[in-house]
Amino acid sequence: MKGILGKKVGMTQIFDEKGEVVPVTVIEAGPCFVTQIKTPERDGYAAVQLGFEEVKPKRLTQPQLGHLRKNQLPPLRYLREIRVSDVSQYEEGQKIRVSIFDVGDRVDVTGISKGKGFAGVVKRHGFRGGPKTHGQSDRHRAPGSIGAGTTPGRVYKGMRMAGRMGNARVTVQNLQVVLVDPERNLLAVKGAVPGARNGLLIIREARKTR
Amino acid sequence: MADLMKSVERVKPNPNIPELRPGDTVRVHNRIVEGDRERVQVFQGTVMRLRKGGINANFTVRRIAAHGIGVERTFLLHSPRIEKVEVLRRAHVRRAQLYYLRGRRGKAARLREKRYVGENQ
Repeated sequence: MKGILGKKVGMTQIFDEKGEVVPVTVIEAGPCFVTQIKTPERDGYAAVQLGFEEVKPKRLTQPQLGHLRKNQLPPLRYLREIRVSDVSQYEEGQKIRVSIFDVGDRVDVTGISKGKGFAGVVKRHGFRGGPKTHGQSDRHRAPGSIGAGTTPGRVYKGMRMAGRMGNARVTVQNLQVVLVDPERNLLAVKGAVPGARNGLLIIREARKTR
Repeated sequence: MADLMKSVERVKPNPNIPELRPGDTVRVHNRIVEGDRERVQVFQGTVMRLRKGGINANFTVRRIAAHGIGVERTFLLHSPRIEKVEVLRRAHVRRAQLYYLRGRRGKAARLREKRYVGENQ
């Protein structure tokens, strides 16, 4: 399992070798540092903690700085863990670059989706809403019935209703890597990726490959 | 950040595409892939509009096909599938988008030719 942290730069399209247009998301990935290694003996599970994006020291608290100073690392904005089966190939303080991925690799990309606020049922769950005409009043985007009458006498749990939408952790699986640029720390994957521009992304080797 | 984007969208102008303007009559040589065979198809017509946008820049060509049916095709300016574009004629137009050609047919859809075409001829 290999992974890296990155930042969404934006979307564009490029031409592949066949001359076809491929929609891509450009990600500024790494360089990351291995800030801590978690072992089953000490922590109960195996993982590497990665740090990304250097910042001014005053942006971090003293405990955060102390944690990084253990491995003589610069102040880093983000720390995220990636579960690995074997930690022996990693060492604390090690630098991880985009070059761990090659063009054609499959990756899973995790990010925080854009918040949509309190969204109705049409936007949030794709309901069709009510008829637009034939004397409808206030029914255009209504959810319709949410259950039967006296029996069961309550609304079932999990009924899809309006509420907060987005701003949640979302993973898109099996995206194809179409471009790796170790010089500029850039990575481009085919398709869209959760979150706004400049949002933090975790890029991992794909768990399920088609 | 915008610079990072640009480095991905490197635009290399196609040397076989001259500068195009709305109203130009052009022949577009386009490579077409059919299964595992490739051939070049020619599309001749009037440039109706040019749309900028870096690597996504495109242009639309309108031609009158059989039975007076108008056919419009949009080509990606930077597509490697465009073999070459020939400009046959340049016309005097006063608009950037020649959508008004859609409502016209026959003689009404003619454009006045621009005889003198500066140094980029």
